[in-house]
Formats: sequence, C-alpha cells, structure tokens
Amino acid sequence: MTLLRALPCALLGFALAQSATPAQTKLIQRGAYYVQVAGCHDCHTPLKMGPKGPEPDMSRMLSGHPEGLKMPPAPKLTEAPWGWVGSLTMTAFSGPWGVSYAANLTPDKETGLGAWTEAQFLQMVRSARHLGQGRAILPPMPIQNLQAATEADLKAVFAYLHSIPAVKNKVPAPIAPAPTPIPMH
Amino acid sequence: MRTLLLALLVLGAWPGAAKAPAPPRLLSQTGLYAASGVVAARNLAYAPQYPLWTDGAAKARWIHLPAAIDGRDEAGWVFPVGTKAWKEFAFGGRKVETRLLWKTGPGTWVFASYAWNEAQTDAILVPEGGLPDAAEVAPGLRHGIPSRTDCRDCHGQEQVEILGFTALQLSPDRDPGALHGEPLRPGMVTLKELVAQRLLRGTRADLLTRPPRIEGDPATRTALGYLQANCATCHRADRPIPGLGLDLRPAHALRTALAPGGFPVPGQLDSRILSPGHPERSALLHRMGSRDPIAQMPPLGTVRVDQAAVDHVRRWIADLPALPSH
Repeated sequence: MTLLRALPCALLGFALAQSATPAQTKLIQRGAYYVQVAGCHDCHTPLKMGPKGPEPDMSRMLSGHPEGLKMPPAPKLTEAPWGWVGSLTMTAFSGPWGVSYAANLTPDKETGLGAWTEAQFLQMVRSARHLGQGRAILPPMPIQNLQAATEADLKAVFAYLHSIPAVKNKVPAPIAPAPTPIPMH
Repeated sequence: MRTLLLALLVLGAWPGAAKAPAPPRLLSQTGLYAASGVVAARNLAYAPQYPLWTDGAAKARWIHLPAAIDGRDEAGWVFPVGTKAWKEFAFGGRKVETRLLWKTGPGTWVFASYAWNEAQTDAILVPEGGLPDAAEVAPGLRHGIPSRTDCRDCHGQEQVEILGFTALQLSPDRDPGALHGEPLRPGMVTLKELVAQRLLRGTRADLLTRPPRIEGDPATRTALGYLQANCATCHRADRPIPGLGLDLRPAHALRTALAPGGFPVPGQLDSRILSPGHPERSALLHRMGSRDPIAQMPPLGTVRVDQAAVDHVRRWIADLPALPSH
C-alpha cells in the first residue's frame, strides 16, 4: 500500500515541478519525498475500497476527510484498553480528545493551505497549534515527528504541498468530547 | 564587497543576523529592581485600560524606555532598542510569575518568563517550553506559564508588540466600564506622561486633546475593548489567520464578525461568529464560555471562564439589532 501511495504522488510532484526553476524543482522533489516517508498520506489521503481492499483515493490526494462523508456519532468504547476508533477512510478519528478529522493539505485557497504562507506553516509546526495560533493540534496527528524536522525540510514539504493539485474540500471542525454549555446566569 | 558582507555576518551586524542574548537566569538580574522588592525608579508603572483576562490574576506592569517611542504609526509603535517590559502575575496574594519582553536589536526581542520562588524573594528563568503547573487558580485548575512559542503567538513573530502598552490602552480617556479595569495609581503613566516626558514622539498633534477611544454606546465600547485585549491580538486583518477572515479590532469587529457564513455552535443549526439578538447562536460567546481545549478562546493563557465578560458580551449580543437577512 505504501508503494501504491508513494509512487503516484511522487511522480505528480515531479511532473508539476517541471515548470519551476531547477532549485524549486529540487525543493519540491525533496518535499514529496518527506511527505511520502513521513506517512502524511496515511491519514490525509482518504482510503477507498478497491479490488484488493482499501487503497488511497489519489483523486483526493492529501485533501483530508471528505466533506461529503458525514460521520454519525462515534461508537462508545466502554471496555478498556480499547481507546479510540477510526473511519474506513482513515480520515476521521474518535477518542478521549473528541472527534478529529484529517486536514486538507492541498493548495485550495478556501479549504486547504492555499492562503497559507510558508511562515505560517512553520509557525503551525513549531507551536503545534491549529493555524499556528489556535487550539492544540489533535491526535492522531504526530506533530511531534514534524517538529523534529529541520526548517529546510519543512520548507520543502510546504513547497511540495503548494505544488500539488488543489482539491476543494471543507473538512469539518473537530468535536469536543462533551458539549460545553454556555454559562447563562 | 564580499569580504565586507562576510565580516558583517561574522560580527552579527548584518540586519537579521544579530543573535539575541540569552535572558538572565534570575529576575533580579533583569534591571527591574533597584533593591530586593524595590522597583527601580527608571521603570515606569502602567495599567492598560482593557486588561487581558488571566484567570483573575492580579497584575503589575512596568516598562523601561531608554529613549522615545516612535509613535508615528498609532497602531504600531516602534520601541527603542533596550526597551524592557515586565508583567507580574499573582494569584491568591502570591507572586507566581513575571514575564519579560526585551528589545535587544532593531528586529530582535528576548522573551522570558520567571517563576517566583517559595520565599517570594526572587524568580527563576523558566525553560523555553514553559512551566505547565505553576499555581492553583481555582480548585483543580492550575495556571501554566506559557512557552516562548506561545508568547510569540500573541506578541508577534517579527513585528513584536507590547500589547498592554499601546495608544488605546494608555489613553487618558479611559473606559469606566472596562471589564476588570484597574484604577490608575499615582505614578502610573498614560499618554499624557509619555508626551510630557518626551518618551513618545511623532504622534498626531491632537493626540492628547482627542485621545484614542472606542466608538459606540457604553456597552459596545466595553465589549469591543474586551475583544481588543483578549481576541484581537490574533484575530486581526494585518496578521490574517488563513481561511478565517475575522478581525476583532474595534473598528472592524462588527463588520467581520457579522459576515455571513456558518460557524459551528454545538446544538445550533443556524449559527455564525456573532449573531445579533441571539447569543446562543454566537460562536464567539460559545468559545469565550468554553474551556474545552478544542473550543476555548483564547486558546492559551487561561483555564477559567471569564464569567463577567461572558455575561457582558451575552447581554451586548442580545441587545444588538438583528440583521434583516438573519
């Protein structure tokens, strides 16, 4: 499955890089490699059912949890040590932190990273906060792994993510474990 | 030429290449005090008219200005190199932390936090990652000293701001209804003293006769002032958050928060950031009233809901005239 995911996206990145300068092409290629080996596709590219079982839906490459896939309330897990569940697409997860969805990493301006600057991307990683300033980035995103990357590597990842096809897909907001009432007294 | 550039880089004189010095290990070494517990006379005390909510902490603030502030841009004062600003936080009558902002070069600032010792005699530099469990602020709720990354989240990355020391915050035309407003004590500086002491230059001529003031009725003035201090440090168009388009600075808050477009509030099908006449459908109020890590606003620096602010903003939203199309 890894190969199935890795090859097309690497090729796509390379193909898109053709119009860029040699230095930019190299940067994008390096970014494609990091995205591949870091396993970004595992959650950010939805799985679909193929003849041999679940396979990445490359038409939605790195676009996160599909907007049209409305998840019902997550099943309650009462028997420890079972602690969390995931969707068949591998893009929605429920656990003690609430319900989280894989983000859209494509360069779509409204729903992905298209409006992000490189500095904001770096800030998001350094701070481990949503949009670089908001709530903490939620499990199962292994943000701590990304934080171990060098700034140059992160810039390459950002360059690659900006080079891939934009997919318009508004990922739902995460859901807290229990509704928090507004104090009204 | 190349040799000169190389020499500049080696000497750290090239713009942006200068490395900020490490902050001192002890608060007593930062220049705040003249003697133990005695603040040096050169450090000016001040109190912003709209304080940031930090779980009910009692705060004290001082600034050292080695030269005049460049006040030509009223919304973006440029502080002289060598500026130091301190903010002390106390809970239950005990000092817990003091934060330092120190401008060490034209584009470099040192951020540091100091945790007070048990004897309350000095405070020790906190590691870069912060101190998550510094004091109890309410039963079961602990105050954490933010990391330096968190400090920069609010104070800015390149264009660093001293958030409580701005033209609006130091305006002598203070909002009597400001939530958790602190009285001006003798010796505290406002715009008047800064101008008189020639510590602020380049401002508009009528700064003191027409000092900054949030427009609107008293409830609006207070609500927007609160949003300025607690929300607009991040939610502002000049530092846009991708995909959000929200600007909670006083002059822009109503326009951007009332913009059409859904913004989720649990259990409400028809919600937006601010829904006039309908506090229950207003995500802004929901976020203020939540301390769930996913939903809470501000997302850091507080573990307790500011009930007085929630009550005021709820009444304010309820009294806002409903939008015709809503």
